[in-house]
Amino acid sequence: MPVPDFTLPPFGRRWLQRLPATPPAWLLVHSLNQLQKRQVLAADMSLLSGKTFAVEICDAGLTLTFCADDERFHTGSSGDAPDLRLAANLADFLRLMLREEDPDTLFFSRRLRIEGDTELGLIVKNLLDSVDWDSTPLRRFMQH
Amino acid sequence: MQRLPELICPAGSLPALKAAIDNGADAVYLGLKNDTNARNFAGLNFDHRSASEGIRYARDRKRKVLMAINTYARGGDSLRWRAAIDEAAALGVDAVILADMGLLAYAHERHPALRLHLSVQGSATNYEAINLAQSLFGVQRAVLPRVLTLDQVRHVIANTSVEIEVFGFGSLCVMVEGRCLLSSYATGESPNSHGVCSPARFVRWEDNGQGMDARLNHILIDRYGASETAGYPTLCKGRFEVEGHTDYVLEQPSSLNVLAMLPQLLDAGVAAIKVEGRQRSPAYVAQVTRALREALDQAGQSTQRFSVKPAWQQALAKVSEGQQVTLGAYDRPWK
Repeated sequence: MPVPDFTLPPFGRRWLQRLPATPPAWLLVHSLNQLQKRQVLAADMSLLSGKTFAVEICDAGLTLTFCADDERFHTGSSGDAPDLRLAANLADFLRLMLREEDPDTLFFSRRLRIEGDTELGLIVKNLLDSVDWDSTPLRRFMQH
Repeated sequence: MQRLPELICPAGSLPALKAAIDNGADAVYLGLKNDTNARNFAGLNFDHRSASEGIRYARDRKRKVLMAINTYARGGDSLRWRAAIDEAAALGVDAVILADMGLLAYAHERHPALRLHLSVQGSATNYEAINLAQSLFGVQRAVLPRVLTLDQVRHVIANTSVEIEVFGFGSLCVMVEGRCLLSSYATGESPNSHGVCSPARFVRWEDNGQGMDARLNHILIDRYGASETAGYPTLCKGRFEVEGHTDYVLEQPSSLNVLAMLPQLLDAGVAAIKVEGRQRSPAYVAQVTRALREALDQAGQSTQRFSVKPAWQQALAKVSEGQQVTLGAYDRPWK
């Protein structure tokens, strides 16, 4: 089923902003590490090591910050400014993750913002694209 | 029923390859993870293992895999390109897509059983050039540059026994294929030698408070208002000030879309229709392949009764660069 069109309402945003950003960031980092451990995410960590990433979910008012070392992902930042910042609404992030939308399409229509190290952004985008969900229990959520 | 052209779809990753096959591509084309192909982007493309798996996936479903080795080998440094051809032959791809004449000669001599396609980067726009490539290297198919009108495509087909492949959908450029040096003015690297128009490490997008600035090697090449659609950060699609007026000078961001012309292309006898976009995600490959598969099948039933379904147009318009489409050079009524 495609992700419906929605934007989180302002009261949701106000409510979410009161929560600490750490639990969602931790969940994201934990998922990435699990995927990497199971070799679903074929990340060349040498390309990501020492970099800080910020994923900004605009309509939720949330920014998830995490970084990478030679082996795994961690919550928090390894420096001052993030090396790469990706910003979109929650529905569009979901569409990207479920492969309903292509990031270039979202970028052309200005629904996805990419700032910072563009090459790092491309590495991350192509890394996510190369995940073969058919080899995981999540395949039934993915549509071609 | 008419004999249908093959639908050739892009694959930048294994999931994209599977998406193409699952949605009805007759063949996919891919490249290796280096500068031997014209989509040399960080993290994109195939190594030996993923290429083998992709070929197996395609072959199990009776589809084909083509390998693009379509940049130009640098003088005195052609080893990587030759190795790519050897690897393609070892992998057992159905054809290699080459542009460089030295590499065509190498592939022809070293791997006589390997099928050769002349890349769009080879820039052969007339049948004499294509027939020469056939007699010299045994080229079996040529991909036409996107500069010819439909009548010119017909003229080429009428005068060659080489199969003719044309572009059907995808992002357009200034179409001086195989000769474009534009990006090297800003970055020192050109698509023909380094396999990418705007290497990502030179690209920066910055929020300027009212919109977004696109910079290539620090040079401001475009400034998008908050709600304006964006394109790829290439010099050819930048907006520049000329005589006090700022606009697109060379090209607007847009995508080619031949849906409306499918019956004429079928009647012209093209052997294959190609989709651009190895840099795009599996979602794009799936959406575009599905729309073109349905359209081709319907056109194959009857070219007279063919009509473009709005759903196909919507699917293709949505993923288009700048969210606008054009018939490009095919439609030049004044010619």
